[in-house]
Amino acid sequence: MQNNLLSGLKEHENKLLTIWSQLLIDGGSDDGAVEEEESKEFASLFLKAAAAAEGKIQDSQEFEKVEDLIVGIASSRGKRGFSPRENAQYLITFKEAASKILSELIKDPEQLFDANLQLNAALDNMTILTFEAFMRGREDIISRQVDEISEISTPVITVWEGVVALPIIGTLDSSRTQIVMENLLQQIVDTGSSIAILDISGVPAVDSLVAQHLIKTVSATRLMGAECIISGIRPEIAQTVVHLGIDLTGIITKASLASALKTAFDMLQLSVVKRKIV
Amino acid sequence: MKSRIMTTISNSKEEALIVKEQDVVPLRNRVKEYGVKIGMSILNQTKLITATSELVRNLLKYGGGGKVIIESVSNGRDNGVRVTFIDNGPGIANVELAMKDGYSTGKSLGLGLPGTKRLVNEFDIKTELGNGTTVTITKWKNG
Repeated sequence: MQNNLLSGLKEHENKLLTIWSQLLIDGGSDDGAVEEEESKEFASLFLKAAAAAEGKIQDSQEFEKVEDLIVGIASSRGKRGFSPRENAQYLITFKEAASKILSELIKDPEQLFDANLQLNAALDNMTILTFEAFMRGREDIISRQVDEISEISTPVITVWEGVVALPIIGTLDSSRTQIVMENLLQQIVDTGSSIAILDISGVPAVDSLVAQHLIKTVSATRLMGAECIISGIRPEIAQTVVHLGIDLTGIITKASLASALKTAFDMLQLSVVKRKIV
Repeated sequence: MKSRIMTTISNSKEEALIVKEQDVVPLRNRVKEYGVKIGMSILNQTKLITATSELVRNLLKYGGGGKVIIESVSNGRDNGVRVTFIDNGPGIANVELAMKDGYSTGKSLGLGLPGTKRLVNEFDIKTELGNGTTVTITKWKNG
């Protein structure tokens, strides 16, 4: 087993910190003060792990704590607006500082080389960890946004007492249809509506899969005792649907949302009249 | 009498890899851009992107993903867009049956292939069991 050559660093913790923060400032890191607390914590934990390790520092129990800490630091720095490059720079300058002290401590070139190798192996791995932590932070944001988008992109609007409308914008794929259907059926229950209008003005193309999804949504609405009207069928969509051979004859379809609403009023035996001005 | 062979010149061309459902919308938008570039009418554009949409869904569902080539083509009199869908899936056992309205091995409406053929001007399907399927469609600007 290789000897642990990094244990000597522990005694020079303060010196290391001074060199490190100097390097960070020289490197253009402007808020050294904010980092000081976490830098101290990181340095002391790292050096403790280095002192405690018998062989390779990466294999020691203490090192796991160091890794957890650096992941925490990386994600908090990420939130404060540091780029992954700056995060990596943060660790690279630490390595530089430690390397400087090692060259003062160890005089034998061969040993010094080995010590630097150990230092590199330990810190390079941590640099990768900071990148991963940064990516994970980003991915969390993306997946949260995906959820938010799918939620806000299927609004169910009560347009009249007993009439709900759902404008669909964008592509209807399987997962989206599922959300649309769930929202619509739930709203029918919540509002006690008897008519639902599905407006597809914002759907760029209706292929057989989208049509199948629409037919299913209409059937489900009918099972709940409500009637479903599909509106917003543009001329080119109508021709395409006919050429494709999709049969929508059993479904009430309208060209515009206004005419769908008119049909809904007719069904509810309501009429809109112009007020006579006396 | 020998049938007249129309020579088609390909002007610009690009390839796209399709592996997941999220690739469908960007591809459709690219195809639409090709249509817009040659001044295709809204109706023909819609027909073309609907056909693309059908075939790319087939490519994903039955072919397990594959490659799509979009080309801007010209035959001297008219300009058009040609889209080729290539997968290395299991192939289609009975093409004649697959081209019939209402036939589906999946649980779909069974209109994808026959419907697509009606939407475009030229439709060609090559398939071999175990060797994948290649579908080529062409929509002319004034077709």
